[in-house]
Amino acid sequence: MNKLHIHELHKSYGNHQVLKGVSLQADAGDVISIIGSSGSGKSTFLRCINLLEQPSAGQILVNGEQLKLRECPRGGLRAADPRQLQRLRALLSMVFQHFNLWAHMSALDNVMEAPVHVLGMNRKEAREKAEHYLAKVGVSHRRDAYPAHMSGGEQQRVAIARALAMEPEVMLFDEPTSALDPELVGDVLKVMQDLAQEGRTMVVVTHEMSFAREVSNQLLFLHQGLAEERGDPREVLARPQSERLRQFLAGSLK
Amino acid sequence: MTLDYQLIWQNLPLYLNGVALTLKVLLISLTCGLALAIPLALMRVSRTCLLRYPAWLYTYVIRGTPMLVQLFLVYYGLAQFEAVRQSPLWPYLSSATFCTCLAFAINTSAYSAELLAGSLRSTPRGEVEAARAMGMSRLTLYRRILLPSALRRALPQYSNEVLMMLQTTSLASIVTLVDITGAAKTFNARYYLPFEAFITAGLIYLALTFMLVRLFKLAERHWLAYLAPRKH
Repeated sequence: MNKLHIHELHKSYGNHQVLKGVSLQADAGDVISIIGSSGSGKSTFLRCINLLEQPSAGQILVNGEQLKLRECPRGGLRAADPRQLQRLRALLSMVFQHFNLWAHMSALDNVMEAPVHVLGMNRKEAREKAEHYLAKVGVSHRRDAYPAHMSGGEQQRVAIARALAMEPEVMLFDEPTSALDPELVGDVLKVMQDLAQEGRTMVVVTHEMSFAREVSNQLLFLHQGLAEERGDPREVLARPQSERLRQFLAGSLK
Repeated sequence: MTLDYQLIWQNLPLYLNGVALTLKVLLISLTCGLALAIPLALMRVSRTCLLRYPAWLYTYVIRGTPMLVQLFLVYYGLAQFEAVRQSPLWPYLSSATFCTCLAFAINTSAYSAELLAGSLRSTPRGEVEAARAMGMSRLTLYRRILLPSALRRALPQYSNEVLMMLQTTSLASIVTLVDITGAAKTFNARYYLPFEAFITAGLIYLALTFMLVRLFKLAERHWLAYLAPRKH
């Protein structure tokens, strides 16, 4: 059974089709990198998975359970059952490009928040878990700091700890290093590599070709809303079949 | 020109009673006003027209009319109707203190609701997305993320509203209440020393304002620490 199965996802803004039927299957331990130039729909695809954006058509299954969708009068699909959506979202925690930590809470409170108020965990247990995950990503010394008082790299690692504390089935990463200063990128990638080696299931939208090649076991190249190429990342990156991917790699790969 | 300090000193109890009444009216109207303002602000930012428009109309009308007119309407206006005089609420509505608190609470609720709604609207989108992506329900999102964040960010503006309300409580003296201004009017009527009477009142308001400003500074240091420049 797939941890995550996305079937033929479509998304359009008005007449503009952003996604024209993209599918994805992640088994336990899979690390899937999604690459593509800006405007290829890769972030939109990731954000449709947990319905931060409304897809126009397609199916989303988490742990074999299909997310019930209904047609919205204003266009797009919405969750038919908000409780199911909340339950499935809690299984798919997300790490954002701009961290999106809750500014009025300390690092520790950020990590404890969802386990306590979504999963209903008691505070003592949540605190222990939060401290464990903050230590794991190497920011336990900043646990009482507010997000605005931390560097980007620290904030992103707290955000990863926040996602980990939900003990999710699949972790979604939306360009997690794109907003970081170059010297801070390494810290965050290292944490993500450790998570991959632990066998966590991850879907990562990224511009980091070395991460895509070295860490992930599947690569998905999106172009104009379609999955132009997919497969083993070393294979695909070494021998791109399509002209699009060749152009993209020529532009970005160092 | 010399001021008659002796007389002011002798009448200090009159002023102190005034301070007590001013603070009582201020506290009651602010508490009730804020309690009203929170649901109003949530209605104001709601996507549902049936919630949004009534709240919009309420704040528009209240902010569009002078506080004194509202006070007169509640205190003198309501008493004109037989039904009000016969109603079980009449013992309250015939009391000047009650009417003043009611009018003030309504007034401050509209202003507070608007500034709180503005604060809610300016919540960073990403924080809301993160909460939704974690599986929070709408209720939890409002209770844990949106309101705590918006209330904190509204604090500096709200302190302004509180200071305005303190000064506006002087209107209570017009409907017979002996607040600080009321005490000054009484003093003046007794001795015909208008300068002594009102300079004393002014100084008391100034002292209260000073204390409120300090109080809000402390509150901001506590609840808005996350916006302060990094210290270490």
